[in-house]
Order: sequence, then C-alpha cells, then structure tokens
Amino acid sequence: MIEPIKIDRPPDRQIPRELVFRPKSSGVVPRGLTLAAVLIIVVILAIILGNIFIGGVGTINWKFLTHPPEQGMEAGGIFPAIFGTVALVILMVIAVVPVGVLTAVFLHEYTSPTSRVTRLIRVAINNLAGVPSIVFGLFGLGFFIGFVGGAFDSIFYRGEGPVWGQPAIIWAALTLALLTLPVVIVSTEEALRTIPSEIKDASYALGATRLQTIARVIIPQALPGVFTGSILAVSRGAGEVAPIMFTGAAYYLPYLPTRLNDQFMELGYHIYVMATQSPDIEATKPILYGTVLVLLLLTFMLNFVAIMIRSRMRKKRVNA
Amino acid sequence: MKEIKFKPKSKLKEFLGEKFIAVNAFAALIGILLIFTFIFKEALPIFTDSETREEAGVDKMVFKQEYYEGRPSKWSWQPNSEVPKYSLFPLFIGSLKAALIAMLFAVPLGVGAAIYSSEFASRRMRELIKPVIELLAALPSVVLGFFALIVLATFIQNLLGLTFRLNALNAGIALGLAVIPIVFTVAEDAMTSVPQSLRDAAIALGASPWQVSVSMVFPAALPGIAAGVVLGFGRAIGETMIVLMASGNAAIISASLTDSVRTFSATIAAELAEVVFGSTHYSVLFFIGTLLFVLTFVINLTGDMVLHKLKERLQGKLR
Repeated sequence: MIEPIKIDRPPDRQIPRELVFRPKSSGVVPRGLTLAAVLIIVVILAIILGNIFIGGVGTINWKFLTHPPEQGMEAGGIFPAIFGTVALVILMVIAVVPVGVLTAVFLHEYTSPTSRVTRLIRVAINNLAGVPSIVFGLFGLGFFIGFVGGAFDSIFYRGEGPVWGQPAIIWAALTLALLTLPVVIVSTEEALRTIPSEIKDASYALGATRLQTIARVIIPQALPGVFTGSILAVSRGAGEVAPIMFTGAAYYLPYLPTRLNDQFMELGYHIYVMATQSPDIEATKPILYGTVLVLLLLTFMLNFVAIMIRSRMRKKRVNA
Repeated sequence: MKEIKFKPKSKLKEFLGEKFIAVNAFAALIGILLIFTFIFKEALPIFTDSETREEAGVDKMVFKQEYYEGRPSKWSWQPNSEVPKYSLFPLFIGSLKAALIAMLFAVPLGVGAAIYSSEFASRRMRELIKPVIELLAALPSVVLGFFALIVLATFIQNLLGLTFRLNALNAGIALGLAVIPIVFTVAEDAMTSVPQSLRDAAIALGASPWQVSVSMVFPAALPGIAAGVVLGFGRAIGETMIVLMASGNAAIISASLTDSVRTFSATIAAELAEVVFGSTHYSVLFFIGTLLFVLTFVINLTGDMVLHKLKERLQGKLR
C-alpha cells in the first residue's frame, strides 16, 4: 500500500491571492454583456439603414437621377449634385493618388522603419488623419482660395476681379485630396508589404536600378492596394461636407461645372442644405431621403469593392 | 515572350527620380505645417491688431465681460449683436457637453463590442462583426446628422416629453455613432496584439478563457483601450456636420443634457459663410479653428504615442 504523499504548505508561503484563479468565474455574464453591445450596434445600424432605404427607395427613378431640381428643391431630380460629386472626386483622385503612392513607396523602400524621418512622417500622417474636417475647410479657404488663388489673380488677372481667388471645384478637390492623403498612403503601404522580397531581388539581379525596380516591379505589384486606397479615398471624399462648404460647393446652380474655377453642387452639401434650410421640410422629405439613399449607395458600393479587393490581397499575403 | 531588358542606368534620371519621390513623401508633413500656418495666420489680428484686440482679445474670449453698463457681467457668444460678444466659454461648454455624451454612449458599446470580438467571438463571428463596424464607419457624417435631425430627434422628444427637438442629447448620441468605430478598432487591435504566448501561459496556470482575459489581456491592452477612448474623444470634439444639424446651435451655458448646445466646430461652419473677410468675427472663427487644430493635434499625438509604446512593449515581451 502506497501512502499518498502529503505536502504541507508552510502557512507563511501561501500563493498570493492574485495568482489563484477562482474556478467559478466562467465569464457568462461578461460574454452576455459584450454580446449585447455588439447587438445594439447592429440594431442601430439596421434601423438607420432601414429607415433611409424605406424613405428613399420610392423616390429614386430615372428622372430623379438625370434631371435638375425644380420648384425650390421640392420636385425634380439631383443630377447636378451627382455630376458635381463625381467631378469633384475625380479631380481629388488625380491629385491625391500619385502623392500618396510615392509617399508609401518612400516609407517602405527608402527608409528603415525605425529611422527618425520615417517616424516623423508617420506621426504627420496619423495627425493629418485626425485633423477635424472643418479645419480643412478653413485651410482651403485661407490657403487655396486666399493665398494660391489670390496670387494667381494678382499675377495673371490684374484688375479683373476674382478669377481663381474664389470658391471653385479645384480648390475643394485639393482640400479633399489633403484630407484623404492618409487613406491612400496606408492602403498602398499595406500592399507594398505583401510583395515578396524575392521579386525585388530578382529585379536587382537583372541589373535594374532602384528607381527602375520601383517603377516596373514594385508599383505594378502594389496596384490592388493603390486601387483600394483610391476607392476608400473617393468614398470618404464623397461624404465629406465641412471641407467643401466654403471652398466651392453651392446650393443651387443653373449650370454644370465645366471649368476648374466653377462652383459645383454636391450630394452631401445638398442633403445638408435641404435638411436644415428648407422652408417646408415635409414637402422636401421624399427628395431628401432619395438623395441620402443615393449618397449611401454610392459610398457603400465603393467600400464594398474596396473591402473585396483588400481581403483578396490579404489572402495572397497569407499564402505567400 | 516580352523581352526583359533594362535600359542602362542614367545617373541624372535616377537622382531626380529619387529626389522627386522623397519630396512627395514630405507632403503630409508639409500639409500639417501649412494647415497650422494658414489658419493661425488669419487668427493673428487677435494678438497683433489693437482694434481687434479691443473687441475680441484673449481675455475677452475667456473671462466674463460687462457688456452693458450696470448689468451683471457674463459669458456670451453673440458676434452679430449691436455690441458683438465673443466669449468662447458657451461654445466650450457646448463642445464638451456634446463630446461627453457621445463618449458615454460610444465607450461602453465600442469597448464592449471590441471585447466580444477579441475574447469571445468565433472566427466566423468576428468576420461578421468587422464589416458591420466598417459599414458604420463608412456612413458619411452628413447622413448621421440627417438621421439625428429627422428621426432621432423626434424619437427622443417623444420619449422624454421635451419642448425642443434639437439638443445636446440628440447630437451627442449621433456623435457617439461616429465615435464607436474608432474606439472599437483601436481597442480591438490592442487586445488582439497581446501575444498568444502570454495567453497560453495563463491557460497553463489553470485559468479559464475569461480569467485569461481579465487577468492577462485587459491589463496588457489597457493603454491601447485608453488610447482608443482618447482618439474617439478627439473625433467627437472635431466632428462638424452631426452637431451642426442635430444640436440646435444655441449657445446656452447650462448643465442640462436636453438644452441646445453650440459647439466650436458648428460655430465655424454656421458663421464663416456670412462673415466679412478680414473682420474681427472672421479672425475669431479662425482662432477657434486654431484651437480645434491644436486640441486634436495634442490628443492624436498622445494617442499615437501610447499605441506606439504599447506595440513596442507587447512585441518586446515576445523576445
């Protein structure tokens, strides 16, 4: 018969209380509570989307999308606002994508991640992403319209009154380009990280310089990320109102913007003005809901495409 | 087959190309500097111009003023009245009130959902939660403002039996919806970046999964969760369209959550379009913009630094 060995724990050497796991706390309550948080968010989102869909779906038809507003926004369509939004984001993309991509390339290919320059640029990017959108509006007014536009006018258009030193689609687009710069940089960088170093090595082994490698190997490989970043930037830019209120957006224009210094109508701004300054909100409501739904569909479709490309890219990285 | 051939190196082209890339890389940095310079430049008359200082010096914006002789002095924002009043205190209260309500609403939901996603959810569940949060983040703020103005305001009014539809509570809740994705993303990222080896160690000591979370993951990820809250607050202070549309925009100093508020950001948005270029009012609005910029800059820098330190520490523990 084997005696069980008894180990006496000396009374002064007890295991500290915080190291003893009590067997009973299984986490059912916190699990329920945190699941409730998730469900509340889902329900709120569903209510918002459902409300907007039900309110707006009856308004949207071909005429609504292709005709200008009539009778002080109480009838007609929103074509000029759609046109203005598209023109605005196209100009914005042209401005932001090259700069964003080259920044990402510089951060990823030219500097070590721990260097001071990289850290400084990274801090600037993070902070740029956190600057309030209304501050971008002030900046657009003070810098692009007042400083750059004002300088153009005083050099090229002396005595002709403001030509460039006034709200215009180009200034709104450039303001939004600065606002969406972090989006493009972050997204491109993520793509750069997925490129296997063997491909770069192969390029160098063939005698390519660093610039040639970047232009012909790295950037083409990173194109899905560049594309994702551009789409996310468009989605973000199309929804921002505060930066364009003073830099170019107009409530109502009888013509479409055709020159860079024209003002323009825009979906988000249209929503804001209709919702807050309509003399008869009940009469405007169907059009208002329809406009919100169009903006949402546009934003979500863009995001959906971006998410799809990104998840495909991530899978590629896992497999690599 | 396409022939793979590189042209011989051109030193000048190479040099110029690399410099061009480097110059571009500084765009974000230059952008930040330009933003500060040009906003502050328009606010400068408050400090340099004696006439502007007389009307809206820093002391006039901060302390109580006796606007009419014999009447008690007070804080008041009435830039268009016969005696223009530029006290920032009511706006400060407004911004703070809206942001605090937003945080009260967003932090429990955002952190709660982050805990669920990181500690309890199965992989498939997580794949469902993330797009929901991304969808919420993709909602343009003007759409949230619209929803708060048209739907939420009426709901809250009927629920609490209020006289006025637009108030701090309404704006704060809508603002909270914009803050949830930030809090969630940062907090979740902090918790999932706690190394698996630490979790394994706790499990080896006999801890249940929830005990691992409480005794191991939360303490390690706490700075990251805090950073999420701080960054969310920064967003709440700076957000414009939601408060502009949903808060009622009356500059009232009170502790009541159901009074209307006017925030810094909404003040700029509502007044800049009608103000005379270069006037005192114009300078004051740019000064408010400078304040917002500096405030959010400090908040973001703090959050950024905390996250950077946390990542370093968590990765350091692995080695």
